[in-house]
Amino acid sequence: VKIIAEPGVPQVVIVRTFKAPKALLFRAYTEPDLVKRWLGPAGLELVVNQLDPRHGGRWRWTHYDSDGKGYAFHGLYHGEPTPDRIVQTYEFDEAPGTVYLNLITFDEADGVTTLTQNTVFFAVEDRDLYVDGGMERGVVASMQQLDDLVTALAKEAHP
Amino acid sequence: MVPKPSGYEDALTGVFAALADPTRRAILVQLKAGDATVAELAAPFSMSQPAVSKHLKVLEQAGLISRSQRATARLSHLEAAPLRTAVGWLMDYRAYWTESFDRLDDLLDDLKEDS
Repeated sequence: VKIIAEPGVPQVVIVRTFKAPKALLFRAYTEPDLVKRWLGPAGLELVVNQLDPRHGGRWRWTHYDSDGKGYAFHGLYHGEPTPDRIVQTYEFDEAPGTVYLNLITFDEADGVTTLTQNTVFFAVEDRDLYVDGGMERGVVASMQQLDDLVTALAKEAHP
Repeated sequence: MVPKPSGYEDALTGVFAALADPTRRAILVQLKAGDATVAELAAPFSMSQPAVSKHLKVLEQAGLISRSQRATARLSHLEAAPLRTAVGWLMDYRAYWTESFDRLDDLLDDLKEDS
């Protein structure tokens, strides 16, 4: 997976190829029982609360960690989602008003589909809350000590 | 008593501001070994106890430590939850999409077999 997060630009682009037709990718993105089978980090369980892939339709899902704490996201579809492109807004429940915009395109050639996910935030700071680009080259980048510390503590907090 | 942050972003900002200082990070590392008094925490630094107390106040306001009174000493205790949150949102983005797309590969293979 290729993740592009340029310094100073409130945008992230993710590019990934799949050996599958775009019609299947579209299904994996828009059918709730399929979404829950792949979306989210390992160790978190995804519950799709709502998913209505049409213009103005609402989506909402919640990631649950092993302690049962839920991280809920929600937003709207803008324009009719198709196997070529999906446009949706995102908002994290605990950061209301910090909305980001996602354009997902599926580009199929010779049985291989290239997925491009272009995410735009209000501000670089908002992006850096979500993206490890901040970890890699931002203020926090030089803090190896911090990195070690939080990693160790996170492990302890996740027995 | 840890003050309730006014919002999630404020809380994260407080956590990162608190972690930006090397002395405060060293204090957190020290507290991993167990609760400690101000005097114990000041010992490894060439720093007065009031100076260390100032750092402890910042850590407490960020929710990274809690403090309790035992006899005549004030004990500091490490609170890991805000760190976990900070780690979650700063470090997991790459893992989130890498792991998700790896699973999507498997799902697409299943769907191909079905069709």
